Amino acid sequence: MKYALPVILVAVTAALMVLGLYVTGQAGGTVGVTKGSALHTAKADTPDQGLENLLADVQRRNWDRAFADVSSSSGITEQAFIQDWMGSNGSLRSFSSLEGFDARPLHATNDEAQMRVRLHFSTPVGPLEDVRDFRLIREGEVWKAVWPKVQVPSIPAEVIPVTFLRWDLVTGGADEEWGARNIDAPHVRIISMNAVDTATGAVVMGEVTNEDTVPAFVTVNATLVDAAGNAIDEESSFDKIAHVLLPKQVTPYRIDFPNLHLGNVKNVRMDEKATLVPASADPVIGVMNQRIETDVQGKSVLHGDLLNQGGQTVNIPHVIASFYDNNGKVVWVSDGYVDRALLPQSSQSFAVEIPKNLSTAVHSFHVVVNQYSLGKS
Amino acid sequence: MARLVRICAVIYLATACASACAAQDLRVPDSAVAGEETSISTTGSGKATFYLAGPGVSRKNQVALGEQIRLTAQDLGDAGYYLAILCSETCRSASFYVRAGKPASLSFIVHPSRVPVAQNEAVNGVALPFDQYRNLVLAPVIVNFQLKAKDASLFSRAVPTQNGVAWFRTASGKSAGALLVVASLDELTTRRAVQQVASEACNLRITGQRTKTGILVQTEPVHDCSGNVLPDGTIVTFSATGPEGRDTVDAPIKQGIARAQMDSSGATTISVASGVVMGNEIRVGAQP
Repeated sequence: MKYALPVILVAVTAALMVLGLYVTGQAGGTVGVTKGSALHTAKADTPDQGLENLLADVQRRNWDRAFADVSSSSGITEQAFIQDWMGSNGSLRSFSSLEGFDARPLHATNDEAQMRVRLHFSTPVGPLEDVRDFRLIREGEVWKAVWPKVQVPSIPAEVIPVTFLRWDLVTGGADEEWGARNIDAPHVRIISMNAVDTATGAVVMGEVTNEDTVPAFVTVNATLVDAAGNAIDEESSFDKIAHVLLPKQVTPYRIDFPNLHLGNVKNVRMDEKATLVPASADPVIGVMNQRIETDVQGKSVLHGDLLNQGGQTVNIPHVIASFYDNNGKVVWVSDGYVDRALLPQSSQSFAVEIPKNLSTAVHSFHVVVNQYSLGKS
Repeated sequence: MARLVRICAVIYLATACASACAAQDLRVPDSAVAGEETSISTTGSGKATFYLAGPGVSRKNQVALGEQIRLTAQDLGDAGYYLAILCSETCRSASFYVRAGKPASLSFIVHPSRVPVAQNEAVNGVALPFDQYRNLVLAPVIVNFQLKAKDASLFSRAVPTQNGVAWFRTASGKSAGALLVVASLDELTTRRAVQQVASEACNLRITGQRTKTGILVQTEPVHDCSGNVLPDGTIVTFSATGPEGRDTVDAPIKQGIARAQMDSSGATTISVASGVVMGNEIRVGAQP
């Protein structure tokens, strides 16, 4: 009897160990993998499996194995393949990781298949989604992806004369005479505001301009006020605004109030704050070939190309677009990050979505580009 | 009975008189100036404790009744109300006011530091005279305000202070550049500078020509309605609408002119704006 308890404990421990091994062996995936096994790559005898193997290896950054899942007919080097996933030049992709994916077949034959994949990336600016179409071909018994050749901008070696403008800020010491060297904050003005209800909550949006002759760092806050004059909620534009505004520049802003609706709101109190900051007028980024199109998923999307007309690399371009109705009223503000760096004298495409219910109301639009460059404030 | 009452009254008055004659009293100055010595006279005999409480002082010391109590310049450095208390068997107190001395400095703040030209009541300034101990001089004094631009006087006004403050408000000038604002009071002079900047763009016009790579579009020199060139760095937005879609470029003014390169190869309509000001629209034909 005195050995009963130790025997039971040993037996239970052994049973748990066996169970643990069994469960691991049957695991469908690890955290972050939506499909397929993250530990053991199954034989890619179907297009789905071939794609899942590829993306699972990309997710694990097992580049050799991932590249082995790419057809040799792609004509791409492993280095270029890795760079396509990992990004370069301090782009947003460099700081991102593939969090998951959802694939669905578009069409398939015995030797070839087309798959549409929704790639979910985690990035420092929040989750980003990318939709890509993959072509897979059967090579013997194995399905492999045909990787499109990566178009790396070919920039000729050249000298770009730097004639850009820059504003620096010299601040006085604490021991200076009172009022001797005051510099006023830049004068900014909200030139339009519109509050709407959406499925996810209330949205306050519009445009703000820097009316001054010096650069301004601008934030816009909105407070929803009820009939009794009490504040219901207060939010700021966060990254849905171009914060650094050069003189006479106009930026859209959007302030989201999740899970709040305008039914109880009597008033919206707007508050714009501006501080004087050092800034540079370079690089100038052109927003080219802007057009509203319907994408493969049936969504209305504003497409365009960003053209860096300057001599400095923009590591993370950020596009903010305001959409107007027939009367010139701002009806929506969308934004999107471009996950590739914008090299000097080169272009990158961008796309920002327009909500389905507004696609017919949109008459015109205005796009501004926020630029984040490493080592530059 | 009446005789008894009369005797009692005489005894009471005599006692009261004797008591009053023996008790301490103090006499504070009618007029005192911050930073200047003065004294408080006392009556009575014997020793007493003297307390002085004011805006910048709290003092206690033993004094001899019947003598003057000397208040040093340091005691009275701050203008305002002071309370003097003298305690022997009983306590007596009196308060007095110390006013600021002669103006020794003139604090001057001008707003704004930058102002667009030709704006009504856009420049304002406030001057506050202080004595050598940094007390605000509340007595009325005349402050002269003067605004100069490029050695030309734009504005001059003598303003008396009210409760220690003199102020002015005026329109900005017509020309961009430094505006010197001077406040003076007797020999005291304080200078401030306001930067007058160009106002909104006026008659914003562009020209464009087709090049090998697209369309080069540029503004004519950008001026405000007073003829001042808009400062470099001011953003001008060019918008081109063509068959490929719409191109927009936010280009800064450099040396009075903003330029942008547009990609469009087809017939294109180009418009321009700076802030909320719209300019003209041009049409450029398709690339031959």
